[in-house]
Amino acid sequence: MLSHGMKQTGSISLNHLQGVIFAILNPWVAIGILLLLAFFSTYMTALSWADLTYVLPATSLGYVLLALVARFLLHEHVSPLRWLGIALITGGVGFIAGGPELTEHPKAAEPDDQRAVAATSSPLLSKEASSRAPNGVRS
Amino acid sequence: MKGVYTWGAILVIVFASVVGDVLLARAMKQVGDVGALRRLVGLLAVIRRTLGNPHFLFGVIAMAVAFFSLLFALSWGDVSLVAPAAASLTFIGNAVAAKIFLHERVDRRRWIAASLVAAGVALLAG
Repeated sequence: MLSHGMKQTGSISLNHLQGVIFAILNPWVAIGILLLLAFFSTYMTALSWADLTYVLPATSLGYVLLALVARFLLHEHVSPLRWLGIALITGGVGFIAGGPELTEHPKAAEPDDQRAVAATSSPLLSKEASSRAPNGVRS
Repeated sequence: MKGVYTWGAILVIVFASVVGDVLLARAMKQVGDVGALRRLVGLLAVIRRTLGNPHFLFGVIAMAVAFFSLLFALSWGDVSLVAPAAASLTFIGNAVAAKIFLHERVDRRRWIAASLVAAGVALLAG
């Protein structure tokens, strides 16, 4: 979104800083910034519930989603090597999803909220992760 | 010589984003369970509490450093080297840093997951 918008506004020179304001007013850039903010706040929320080593690999499903969007919505060619990459990521995420979310420290979160983390990740993605998990682990 | 610059920049990206992630994770552990807090004190108070956390502030600065060093690296090296190398090394670095600094229990399952994801990201981003 951001790159689409910035390509529309053209290059911004340091001498014309008002160009930055036009860039922000561009709806594509605005939506991109809003989505980035949404990503960041949900990421921070997830970090308040689960370990970094749990959340970070899970966010890498974004790469998989990106490749799938490129393949099925933009009809781009996805090479076999990239399919292997998708399988590896989904396999890896399936691997941690089976384990505990949080290292038990004295001040651990309630189990209710830990389950909420699993619920926030899209059902489509988690289904995929579990169905592809055996594949990914073997390769 | 360009290769040295590129790899130097990649290492800076990895280092800065690992530091950023660890600081942000620590900040959120200090802030506490966002869902429960929001029910207790309201969303605005949670946001204020998060933004006021010094770890959060330094974490965001480290993330900004990582972002700008990515721009530098991209001006020196190919995107097909920089993007996958930085992304996948960050996953490995984070697993190590989370174990050392956040005292997370990084068991074999998580090591395997981090390596699989790192390899997958390297293949996808490349």
